[in-house]
Amino acid sequence: MTWVNAVIQGVMLGGLYALFACGLSLMFGVMKVINLAHGDLAMVAAYIALGVVTITHVPAVWSFVLVVPIFAALGYVLQRTLLQASLNRGVITTLLVTFGLSVVIENALQQFLSANSRELNIGSLVSDSFSIGSQITIAYLDLAILVVAVAVLLGLQYFLSSSRSGRMIRAVADDREAAQLSGINYRHVFGIATAIAFGTVALAGLAYGMYTQFDPTTGTTALLLYAFEAVVIGGLGSLWGTLAGGILLGVAQQVGAQYHAADQVLAGQLLFLIILVLRPQGITSRRELA
Amino acid sequence: MTTAGTTDASPLLEVAGLSVHHGQLQALHDVSIAVPAGQVHAMIGANGAGKSTLLRTIAGLHAPTAGSVRLDGRDITGLRPERRVAAGIALVPEGRRLFPSLSVEENLLVGASSRRTGEWSIDAIYDLFGWMRDRRRQRAAQLSGGEQQAVAIGRALAANPSVLLLDELSLGLAPVVVRRIYATLPQLAASGMTILLVEQDVSQALAVASHVHCLLEGRVTLAGPPAGLTGAQIEAAYFGVSAASNGNGDGSPPGTPASAGPASVAPAGSVPASSVPASSGPARQADQPPGVHI
Amino acid sequence: MSAVGQDTQAAGGQHPRVAARGPAAGRVVTRSRRSALWAGLAAVVAIAILGYLPYLVFSDTTGLMVQFFQLLIMASMWNLLAGYAGLVSVGHQAFIGLGAYFVVLLAMHGLSPFTAIPIATAATGVVGLPVWWLVSRLRSGYFAITMWVIASVCMLIIIQISSLGSGTGIALSGLTQSPTLLAADTYWATLAVAVLAIAGIYALLRSRLGLALTAIRDDEAGAKSIGGRVGSVQRLVFLVTALGCGAAGAVYAIGQQFIVPTAAFDVSFTAEMIFITIIGGIGTIEGPIIGTIVFFILQQTLSADGTWYWIVLGLVAIAVAIWAPRGIWGLVSERFGIRLFPVGFYVWPAGEQPRRLLARSARP
Repeated sequence: MTWVNAVIQGVMLGGLYALFACGLSLMFGVMKVINLAHGDLAMVAAYIALGVVTITHVPAVWSFVLVVPIFAALGYVLQRTLLQASLNRGVITTLLVTFGLSVVIENALQQFLSANSRELNIGSLVSDSFSIGSQITIAYLDLAILVVAVAVLLGLQYFLSSSRSGRMIRAVADDREAAQLSGINYRHVFGIATAIAFGTVALAGLAYGMYTQFDPTTGTTALLLYAFEAVVIGGLGSLWGTLAGGILLGVAQQVGAQYHAADQVLAGQLLFLIILVLRPQGITSRRELA
Repeated sequence: MTTAGTTDASPLLEVAGLSVHHGQLQALHDVSIAVPAGQVHAMIGANGAGKSTLLRTIAGLHAPTAGSVRLDGRDITGLRPERRVAAGIALVPEGRRLFPSLSVEENLLVGASSRRTGEWSIDAIYDLFGWMRDRRRQRAAQLSGGEQQAVAIGRALAANPSVLLLDELSLGLAPVVVRRIYATLPQLAASGMTILLVEQDVSQALAVASHVHCLLEGRVTLAGPPAGLTGAQIEAAYFGVSAASNGNGDGSPPGTPASAGPASVAPAGSVPASSVPASSGPARQADQPPGVHI
Repeated sequence: MSAVGQDTQAAGGQHPRVAARGPAAGRVVTRSRRSALWAGLAAVVAIAILGYLPYLVFSDTTGLMVQFFQLLIMASMWNLLAGYAGLVSVGHQAFIGLGAYFVVLLAMHGLSPFTAIPIATAATGVVGLPVWWLVSRLRSGYFAITMWVIASVCMLIIIQISSLGSGTGIALSGLTQSPTLLAADTYWATLAVAVLAIAGIYALLRSRLGLALTAIRDDEAGAKSIGGRVGSVQRLVFLVTALGCGAAGAVYAIGQQFIVPTAAFDVSFTAEMIFITIIGGIGTIEGPIIGTIVFFILQQTLSADGTWYWIVLGLVAIAVAIWAPRGIWGLVSERFGIRLFPVGFYVWPAGEQPRRLLARSARP
């Protein structure tokens, strides 16, 4: 029964990872670039939420109302300036610039907000739970994060397939030059895609901050790699693959933790390497790796 | 309708003194052409002559090192491609370049991104290509080459351009499909659209165009209405060999070999050696003997 | 260098070191300029002086030099990988950590740590083979971040091994010398690895493979399309960098004497490699050397506050990557036409080969 419980907890955790992964996946799909500062940006969002809660005394759960729009705007501006300037130089430059950004963010957080661990205090919600049978306990927060993740993915799917902006994003992802020839300003579309990705990153950062403790290094030591692993396991270009990848990663980690507490992270990474060897295009996608 | 573009006072599309470099290689040398409103002009020339580069530069995908592009008197040389679409220039790129993961209809809708108004609504495009309406939900990647070419034209039309640039419509398509695609051009021209097309198939180009420009190694070597050009002239301009006297008018149809003895064949005199980059000058002429065949 | 890249093809058939007559143009193709000759002499003198240094200065100075050479080795390796083979890795700390732990392991079995350096280096190179097999199918961001995952996996596995000290770390045994002698030995070992690393990279780039590498650097797709064996060249470079970083990790272990997994596999190593290379000038041998000097000065002035040091470095590296992508050395060599490690060819118009030293760059 503990193993069943581990799988269920893993599925819940997978929702959180899918939330981290979908922004990374979206930016990679549209701009063909992996944002190495992805995890650190999630931490920035968590720290901003901390500040918002401290100043306004609104419940931490509602901080997303402010933080997500701030982050979306930040994403658009960052894309139109720094990231576009590096994209003009090429993929390698963009990788290096986002890596530099990651180092700068992590150390700036440490410099100005100390290296102490923090958490977003959501009161009793963090421990409230309900039980199924005697062995399985499900925390409301974990379930809520999973529901939010699925809702975000559904919303993103609908936006991409049905809206005018979503269509333009897909067109630019398919063929940037042909999109320009159709009258699309791809830089603006890049900005929109990054704004959406940053919005999801902010949500993920907030969820993580409520779920567990974080510090300035959490972004690079854990979140970036988890998000990337979820994307690769699930396969590129499929939002549902991202959810599946996140859930598989979460289950692997929780089952690994059952075996030995120190094995939690390693189990996820070994699953990633196995998928990479056996099915490098991921479990859902038929597309080639970029 | 004027018989020759050069006599028109104010051309809709005017390219003046255009030079384009790809890295250290110069693709276009001082190219000037003018296309009056409502006319169909064709660029012909061998592979690598610079035809596609010219269209792509007009569409804004390459920045010229010298010269200008003007649309209806307005200098658009500095505009980005998407701004040129809004100004009224649409390019159907070589190889069609549809958005493979989008449906036929979505491809057309993306084509209308610039929100220019005009007679080419999505419905009008479906009327032009009868089969398209029934298959509008199909993904572009699943279409045949000819169908993709039609969608590519439709996508460009959706922008309601005043100037339509067509790059190698016939590339990779069966002759019967090419004929069907070309059959739509008179309809477009009749609607008042100005067309500049690039074509390797000279006879196809001569059949639809009111004016032909021939490019050779990045230079315009011949220009004029097809009726006024002899096969020998065209061949000379196309291959870089010149007949003993230009315009001798032997009347042979395009494509027949030039009736030339050894004396009448000479390296293209229009390529001044001084303009070839000094570092590769001697090698370049040796690399490319004048006797080229298709 | 890239400006004369095309001409390298013309001379490729000739013996590379001999000035060759261009067949048609009557030009002279040379491998190097006078500046390189003097640089070679200067390098020999510099190595001699550096080798003599422990007799002249105290061990705290040689300790700093050890750090300097470690950075230089690592940055040169990363530069070879990214600047020439077009492979950006953010996981090369994997090989540093492995090199360090191999030395610890060998020392535990009675080997002198200094004798263990070459063995640990080779062992790291052997591990590099399956790693390459795993990552070779990946490109750009996928390659970069998968390397990071692999570094993390290596660390997590070592943490599981209690005989290697688990997560708390382990002391390096077998260092029995007096402190002064140990400092000098460490210095000489690090200097030797650094000289070998740079000489090796120089030799690699001047070899037949160097042409292929330069072609890949300038245009990977192009190099592939003209039939370049891009894959096998990239594999060789990857293994060389695994060896180099393994050696750097080995001397790091001796320098530290106590190894902790989180420090030995710290991504900061790679961050330093990247920043040094970008700031110094990516895709040149001189770049990492200049970069390491700049970096080291910055480290000595800002190290009182570690976070500021990283913030400044990161911002400078971002700015250089976007606005001056050829780095400091790129700006210098462009301005003065100097090339200390000539791996390309120069084409001179006939009779115009300059006799002046440090001739200004007249782009052919």
